[in-house]
Amino acid sequence: MTNSINEFEDADLFLVTGSNTTAQHPLIGSRIINAKERGAKLLLIDPRAIQFAQFADLHLRQNIGTDVAVLNGMMNIIIEENLYDRTFVEERTEGFDQLKSVTSRYTPRVVERISGISAADLEKAARMYATSDKAMLVYCMGITQHTTGTDNVKSCANLAMLTGHIGRPSTGVNPLRGQNNVQGACDMGALPNVYSGYQPVTDTAIKKKFEDAWGVQVLDDKVGLTVTEMMIAVRKEEIKSLYIMGENPMMSDPDTSHIDHALSHLEFLVVQDIFLSETAAKADVVLPAASFAEKEGTFTNTERRVQISKKAVPPPGLARPDWEIICEVSRLAGYAMDYTSPADIMREINTLTPSYAGITYRRLEQSYGIQWPCPNEEHPGTPYLHRDRFTKGRGTFLPCDFKPVAEVPDEEYDFLLTTGRIYYHYHTGTMTRRISILEREAPVPMIEINPEDAKRLSIKNNDTVEITSRRGVIKARAEVTGRVPRKVVFSTFHFHEAPVNLLTNPALDPLAKIPEYKGCAVKVRRCV
Amino acid sequence: MARTPSICPFCGCGCEFYLASHGGRVVGIEPSPSNPVNKGMLCAKGWNAYEFIHSPDRLTKPLVRKHGTLVESSWEEALKTVAGKLTEIKSQYGPRALAFLSSAKVTNEENYLFMKMARAVFGTNNVDHCARL
Ligand code: SF4
Repeated sequence: MTNSINEFEDADLFLVTGSNTTAQHPLIGSRIINAKERGAKLLLIDPRAIQFAQFADLHLRQNIGTDVAVLNGMMNIIIEENLYDRTFVEERTEGFDQLKSVTSRYTPRVVERISGISAADLEKAARMYATSDKAMLVYCMGITQHTTGTDNVKSCANLAMLTGHIGRPSTGVNPLRGQNNVQGACDMGALPNVYSGYQPVTDTAIKKKFEDAWGVQVLDDKVGLTVTEMMIAVRKEEIKSLYIMGENPMMSDPDTSHIDHALSHLEFLVVQDIFLSETAAKADVVLPAASFAEKEGTFTNTERRVQISKKAVPPPGLARPDWEIICEVSRLAGYAMDYTSPADIMREINTLTPSYAGITYRRLEQSYGIQWPCPNEEHPGTPYLHRDRFTKGRGTFLPCDFKPVAEVPDEEYDFLLTTGRIYYHYHTGTMTRRISILEREAPVPMIEINPEDAKRLSIKNNDTVEITSRRGVIKARAEVTGRVPRKVVFSTFHFHEAPVNLLTNPALDPLAKIPEYKGCAVKVRRCV
Repeated sequence: MARTPSICPFCGCGCEFYLASHGGRVVGIEPSPSNPVNKGMLCAKGWNAYEFIHSPDRLTKPLVRKHGTLVESSWEEALKTVAGKLTEIKSQYGPRALAFLSSAKVTNEENYLFMKMARAVFGTNNVDHCARL
């Protein structure tokens, strides 16, 4: 996020798109609702009538995967009506002319045809956003989990820059991070192209710095593979071994049968986890790990705040913290790792990672966390980014054209399946489904279907329905609801009984390599 | 009863709470009243974030596959198998035949060490996590 959670309280308008905030980030959702009560406006752009729809001043229900067209359409209106921030555009951005020429093609009429949003609503939305003083754009995976995810993200940034809604308190672009330490995993370089602090593996000076610090002769300067590419490489037998720590790709990755098949191809699979997940069950070696309550360490939240979590209880049986297990494996493979504690590891992170240089355990223990970038021990941390300038100097407009979802419905597969999460469960359900209160509230996999479609297919509430894509088939209970538009069904990936990722399309965004979880073609029928 | 500061594992908000523990078991959760993120509040997931810790399904021993089935083993055997097999595959097929999948659920220090292991110990940049999901 470019802003902090507390800045939500002072915003005048929230544009929320592709985020079911009250379900996925409940405490941020409640900040937005509080702000609304105080008089802030809420503009929602989401195909589903999520809980926020009840609070929204305006809700645009675009057809799935048409976000670029909608955002371009808003920008076109803003430029046409001269509502953009001329000073900001002139002083801090470049590429305005290209933006103007691309977005000018997205007239309200064109956008209506693509997205189903009426010209009147689009105009209203554009004016609402452009004329607010402190506007926050909030998005999540509804924006990123598309084959056009990168284009969607760029379009959000274009809109914010065009209106000067960035780089001020309570004004900015805020992608919410899903899992509790996604931010930290990225910051720490658990990515194929960068070391910690986003330092590129291809940069010679950076490579040298890490070689010296780690005492190794040569580090690889070629970018590695992303998780989705890894699975393909496994099937091609280019990758022989996979070491998985705390993840469950058998449930979380698109096209499960492909993943299942890939994992069976491996010569050697190691899984380190707290439960025998669907993935661990396929491993050659399973290493029992400590849960968050059984170890010490830091986590970085969605506003870049690094916070300490302490050990409350010992791990069960012989389970050990992940960091200790990694040290042991490395030592046995001939590389000494002699850390005595997570604080000890953090000292090394401080010296090698400029944005974390001043984030020490001593300081964290005396505060409620520190927000990076924090370049030294005297630095207070950074509540919001891009204050006077963008990291790269001027912000460049990167206009995009609309492209439809990779798998459009046809006569046979006539519905679009979109996937997401519900309030009561987390990720693949390994933890939350073992919590009785949460399980009581949401015990079975549901599939949302619009009343008109349900009527046509003779589906009633709680009927068992079968959903089939070109990749697989699952059964779930129907929830007949106007929350989903016609010809769209919605389900979640929390339930192993109905693993929705058997159905999803592994088609990737070419840059971010994010699969299109938010739209694939399926057919639906009632089971008899 | 001990109270230990901790961070909710269930979403990127990063709410702080105290784990109330007694006799080696977590028995309750109290939101941190003064942390600026959650200011004394939690959602239903946060309030209940402890029951799974003591689930009977927790893994308590290393497992090694023998004759097709996973059987309990010692740490020594499991760790030696892992280090030995990874080293063997690396020398036979080269470092790019190895891949490492880190986690958006574990700590920063663990993510850092995991990527260091992939890169410094086993010589590959094939390291990623499931942030895209
Ligand atoms: S308590 Fe709820 S809102 Fe807070 S971190 Fe946990 S899951 Fe997220």
